[in-house]
Amino acid sequence: MSLFTLQDVTVAYQKQAILQDFNLSIGEGELVSLLGPSGCGKTTTLRLIAGFLQSKEGKFLFREKDYTKVPVNKRNFGFVFQNYALFPHMTVFDNVAFGLRQRKVSKASIKDRVLRVLDIVSLRGFEERFPAALSGGQKQRVAIARALVIEPDLLLFDEPLSNLDANLRVNMRVEIRRIQQELGITTVYVSHDQEECFSISDKVAIMNKGIIEQLSDPATIYRQPKTKFVADFIGFKNFIQFDRRRQESDGIAATVQGITLTVQQQDNAGGLVGAIRPDDLRLYPLDAAPMTVENAVQGKVLISTYLGRSYQYEVQTSIGQFTVNDDAGAAPLANGQDVVLEIPKKQIVLVD
Amino acid sequence: MREKHIGLGIFTFLVFVFLLGPLVIISVTSFEQGTVLRFPPESFSLEWYKNIFEVSGFLETFKVSIYLSLAGNLLALLIGIPAAYALNRFDFKGKALLEGIFVSPIIIPGIVLGFTFLRFFITYYQLPIYAGLFIGHTVIMLPFIIRVVSSSLANFDFSIEEAAVSLGASRIGTFFKVVLPNIKSGIIAGVLIAFLESFNNVDISVFMTGPGVSTLPIEMLTYVQNYFDPTIAALSVVLMVITALFMFFVERLLGLSYFTKR
Repeated sequence: MSLFTLQDVTVAYQKQAILQDFNLSIGEGELVSLLGPSGCGKTTTLRLIAGFLQSKEGKFLFREKDYTKVPVNKRNFGFVFQNYALFPHMTVFDNVAFGLRQRKVSKASIKDRVLRVLDIVSLRGFEERFPAALSGGQKQRVAIARALVIEPDLLLFDEPLSNLDANLRVNMRVEIRRIQQELGITTVYVSHDQEECFSISDKVAIMNKGIIEQLSDPATIYRQPKTKFVADFIGFKNFIQFDRRRQESDGIAATVQGITLTVQQQDNAGGLVGAIRPDDLRLYPLDAAPMTVENAVQGKVLISTYLGRSYQYEVQTSIGQFTVNDDAGAAPLANGQDVVLEIPKKQIVLVD
Repeated sequence: MREKHIGLGIFTFLVFVFLLGPLVIISVTSFEQGTVLRFPPESFSLEWYKNIFEVSGFLETFKVSIYLSLAGNLLALLIGIPAAYALNRFDFKGKALLEGIFVSPIIIPGIVLGFTFLRFFITYYQLPIYAGLFIGHTVIMLPFIIRVVSSSLANFDFSIEEAAVSLGASRIGTFFKVVLPNIKSGIIAGVLIAFLESFNNVDISVFMTGPGVSTLPIEMLTYVQNYFDPTIAALSVVLMVITALFMFFVERLLGLSYFTKR
């Protein structure tokens, strides 16, 4: 059963629709990420859930109650901001206690709960510090503690790690996931960092121009993107626009410009775009190609770039240009060299 | 690395002489014993400092000036803080125009403003003298409050406000618990500067004062027209010290660069 639902929601800013007939449903205890390029509407969605924004149309249902018009301060959601948004004139203790004081919790109980939540974020002993005397990571922990202490019905993160350096970011996301699972709080997490979202989420929603292109668990998105946008966003750099496809006994035969490629059986019923990652393609010199190459296509190397771990080649073929990452083990291929491109049938994903 | 420029040194010295010279001369002559302003003084006494308190008008008008500044400040704060908040927090049509109107009393020559106030408040609406003075001084204080509070708010991160609301605070509660404490120093500095502006004001007050009601600067002006003794010099020294103390506190709160930057 879902904890909350956004139903046909429309949000417009200066007459420009950011979200149009938007739908999203999240289950109790899940951590769902909204992932997408800037301007895709992910932050708008989060702020709408928090109540900072009002939708023009549509409904927001929370535990089956209509929350559409409930103001921010009556929602009991925890919000963690990108820039932490700590109160600079208050100590760590007072920052964390703020939400409890609004709720008129007794003094003794406040102390108890603040210290307990500071334990959870490993900040015990920092109660009397002011935010200015904390590092970025510590500030973020205070921000999380401040959102957790009110025992929120829903926890919302707006790109919480983007101001931290790379090492800290990895530690913090592990921490966030640990806390979220320990407390079992339903969480919506916004980021533009694919690795970050994949590593901590139960489900990821890939957003583009105000719609969710795909909402699945990370492994499914990684292996079976549904649309060309999703495929492109998660690293499928090569796309083949097929003219038609035909069901065969051992898979799908997809044809482009008279050349037929074999594609492994898959769920997608009608997609005509084949997506392949650069890492999954193989290249052989024309005169040294083995006999068993799957879906062989002849081509010519346009540009080769040394990447350290591998070489990256731009290969021109009769069915389009391909980017190929090939390990640097063998002798590198030269610009202008004739080659055979192998497109393994297992690696082709048909998308819409 | 320190280079010496003799020309620059001399020039700087001259600037200081011109800036500080009159102040030094006034200060020194205020200790003169004789009844005429003289430089250099020929004797030393605190006679004229005592006289400040003996000339009845000074103490009386000093009180008027203080009350006027305080009352005007209060009203200017009640209008200025919400105005500065709105100008910084929201985007709306006519914002630039509104900003212009709020700052205009600084740009319009005081004498024009003073005359206009006289024409409308006193001649046309027949307001009592105190009311006219009060409104006039509030108007000239308002731009200072708005500007100084605005620059405080410009450094304020409004997502903090959203954080407070998301934690359950009401909008009004948020303003008092989160916004106000963070712009406190800006408000105090604004009050001090506005206070000086009102306390030292001549051009508005000269039109608005009337029979039996005067402010200290106007009273001083009248006194100089009739007497030549060093009382005014002594009073000026007292006012200079007060001003210097004020600026010292402002500097400690915000740094003077706060005002020269904008």
